[in-house]
Amino acid sequence: MSTAELTGRYYDLHEHDHPEGASTALGFWLYLMSDCLIFAMLFATFAVLGGNYAAGPGPKDLFDLPLVAVNTSMLLFSSITYGFAMIAMQNGKLRQTQAWPIVTGLFGLAFLGIELTEFRHLIEEGAGPQRSAFLSAFFTLVGTHGCHVTFGIIWLTTLLVQLGKHGLTAANQRRLMCLSLFWHFLDVVWIGVFTFVYLMGVLR
Amino acid sequence: MADHSHADDHGHGHDHGPAFHASFRDYATGFILSVILTAIPFWLVMSGAIADKQIAAIVITAFAAVQIVVHMIYFLHMSGKIEGGWNLMAMLFTLLLVAIVLSGTLWVMFHLNANMMPTMPKADGMG
Repeated sequence: MSTAELTGRYYDLHEHDHPEGASTALGFWLYLMSDCLIFAMLFATFAVLGGNYAAGPGPKDLFDLPLVAVNTSMLLFSSITYGFAMIAMQNGKLRQTQAWPIVTGLFGLAFLGIELTEFRHLIEEGAGPQRSAFLSAFFTLVGTHGCHVTFGIIWLTTLLVQLGKHGLTAANQRRLMCLSLFWHFLDVVWIGVFTFVYLMGVLR
Repeated sequence: MADHSHADDHGHGHDHGPAFHASFRDYATGFILSVILTAIPFWLVMSGAIADKQIAAIVITAFAAVQIVVHMIYFLHMSGKIEGGWNLMAMLFTLLLVAIVLSGTLWVMFHLNANMMPTMPKADGMG
């Protein structure tokens, strides 16, 4: 038996037709799962350090639950409006597919604005990340989530430009779908944040 | 590489369309459930309706768990059918890792006192 024959037996020498982007959805999902592990580490860190106030202010002194509730609703509204964008995309309606993500982006910006206001307020009160282990863990966890939202908004803006230039191509649909997963995933992480950081913090 | 020429203008091709089908009904259901599942724990904590803090913590954790499942089903469209079940498998594996990370960390870090050298006067009765 010749070498070529042997190789052909064990290795796939003939390339099959792989449609472009066929594996993107799964690949992106795997990325999200690894991101999930990052957040798991940060949640674990917060769980361990969340009670170490170093004689400084605790969650009860710092957290403003009505504000967190408003922030949570911003993120929820941004999720449902992005859902409407996905429906518009499936129906092939370009205008609506462009309009809904703008609404999503505005809710996302509102979320970030409220979060940054909260951060500034904390730092001005002397409750910055260097104050105690609790605050270090708090700023790292909530800040990492905010950082993701920021990048989500940058991605969203980029996609709007792409949609304006090329319309609803297969590639753009794939990108919109990946951003959908990313955005809803961030909303899932936020459920953990408001439950374990804010609500549990105030309960403590 | 493979032939890319056909991949450009098939907006609605079955071969490489979106991996899931989103419906208005799904999003609306998910949204309404999320609002309810968010509002109740906030109300519980802000009104102090449950006096026992431990029970309150368990209740809001349960609400969070249910809401995460709701988001997974109605917003992220998780099901065993997408990508031949690989999405679901990857998620279950990640959940296993997350469970190990969280429970392992808490278990070890909150039992450190028991493993300390007994030199400090306060070391009795710990762990």
